[in-house]
Amino acid sequence: MVTVTNITKTYNKGVVKAVNNVSFSVAKGELFGLIGPDGAGKSSLFRILTTLLLPDSGTATVAGYDVVTDYRQIRSSVGYMPGRFSLYPDLSIEENLHFFATVFNTTVKENYHLIEDIYVQIEPFKKRRAGKLSGGMKQKLALCCALIHKPTVLFLDEPTTGVDPVSRKEFWEMLKRLKQQGITIVVSTPYMDEATLCDRIALIQQGRILSIDTPQGIVAAYPGQLYAVKARDMPRVSQVLTTYTPPFINYLFGEYIHVDSQGMGDRNPTELLRGILTQAGLDGIEVTPITPTIEDCFIKLLTT
Amino acid sequence: MNANEPVIKAEKLTKRFGNFVATDAISFEVYKGEIFGFLGANGAGKTTAMRMLCGLSIPSSGTARIAGFDVYRQTEEIKRNIGYMSQKFSLYEDLTVLENIRFFGGIYGLGNQQLKLKSDALIERLGLQPEAKKLVGELPLGWKQKLAFSVSILHEPTIVFLDEPTGGVDPVTRRQFWAMIYEAASNGITVFVTTHYMDEAEYCNRISIMVDGRIAALGTPGELKTQLNESSMDGVFYQLARGAKNSG
Repeated sequence: MVTVTNITKTYNKGVVKAVNNVSFSVAKGELFGLIGPDGAGKSSLFRILTTLLLPDSGTATVAGYDVVTDYRQIRSSVGYMPGRFSLYPDLSIEENLHFFATVFNTTVKENYHLIEDIYVQIEPFKKRRAGKLSGGMKQKLALCCALIHKPTVLFLDEPTTGVDPVSRKEFWEMLKRLKQQGITIVVSTPYMDEATLCDRIALIQQGRILSIDTPQGIVAAYPGQLYAVKARDMPRVSQVLTTYTPPFINYLFGEYIHVDSQGMGDRNPTELLRGILTQAGLDGIEVTPITPTIEDCFIKLLTT
Repeated sequence: MNANEPVIKAEKLTKRFGNFVATDAISFEVYKGEIFGFLGANGAGKTTAMRMLCGLSIPSSGTARIAGFDVYRQTEEIKRNIGYMSQKFSLYEDLTVLENIRFFGGIYGLGNQQLKLKSDALIERLGLQPEAKKLVGELPLGWKQKLAFSVSILHEPTIVFLDEPTGGVDPVTRRQFWAMIYEAASNGITVFVTTHYMDEAEYCNRISIMVDGRIAALGTPGELKTQLNESSMDGVFYQLARGAKNSG
């Protein structure tokens, strides 16, 4: 449904490489995630795929149409929710929705079934101007407007950025329901925990794709074993592990520190870590082997 | 200031907009050198509360003292004794690194000589010598955020307010940023921080979770997990925020 082949996009006369020779494809009905921090090139890719930006080189197609030559067909067949709120703040909820339906030669009634689940949540406020809505409501309205012409592919650029964990979870449940209706979805996010909700993901940083696979595949490809370590004095744990020779690769993950088994040789990592921490005078020590998260994998790919 | 003396003391702090109570009689204390996480769903009233604590918005009722100053009458003194940084606005993209440091240092009341010493030291500490004369807009986001944080504590404020400082930052830089927060706190600066990353809630000494304008829970991460019988902060947050009326 979407193919991207060796796309490169530079800004500032070639100084800034926003997208650097990126290739991937998205199958029909797939929920595909571009996961990476700000500045990774996610928005540039979205704008190229929605024909709002021309690539420097490479080719891409959406629903079989070329993003450069067939831009008209693409514009009428995709839905796009940009990262920045882009509806008319002076039109009401209702008016914005009708406006977008009309622009695409359809009616709200015709495709109401697609947005019903989401729209009923904001319908009580339908006379309110879009500019006066809360963040969560704006996001739901923007999704409705991007869906109202029944797009074949839906592009969502960071729909959950700055959104609290509860609303984020609700948003992903909406996406799951849309996927069940057969819509292909390409979504970007800087939140690594959302990656597991996609069918496949591309981890992206500084314009380059670090890895593309299913979330399970990315986790399975993690080299070595990870251990979650905890003791009463956490800053000291990190200090002990980091100053050990040779130092252990370790990152804070909430109440635990994740330690990579790399460099431990044939020694039993659990015993080794316990030993080192006990020797350093720490108590309340816990060491547990764990399955890496997508964030662990991202850090590993960034640092190797 | 005594270590046990609160640097933030809010009592029944309230802000109404017409009939809507954005912040509803919140009371809490934050102590010197503490890292205090201020959590809540979108629309829970965090921003309104924070604006009052920074002396930018006069409360409807209740009291609060920030670094010993009154939020009704001493807003200018408050502004001189705090630092502020947010994800949305931090530095001027069209000024160079050095210009930004001098500009904000000047705003925070540092004299020329002090400013020169401090800006040189800061640039060296961050390893930004080659970038000192580059526009901030050309720096990667992670660097911008680290620089913005350093600038917000350049004048050694009593408290620094950080509003979602790590949003959109890559996972490695996010952890480096927290190392800087720890360093500031160990130097006695009180850190008041909001975040949507629940793992970061664990890095705070104590956290409060706002729901519909009120503080629904307050304690160490461990205490809150025990109280609500959850194994993670994620679980704590869901349990409290799910029933909110003003969210979404």
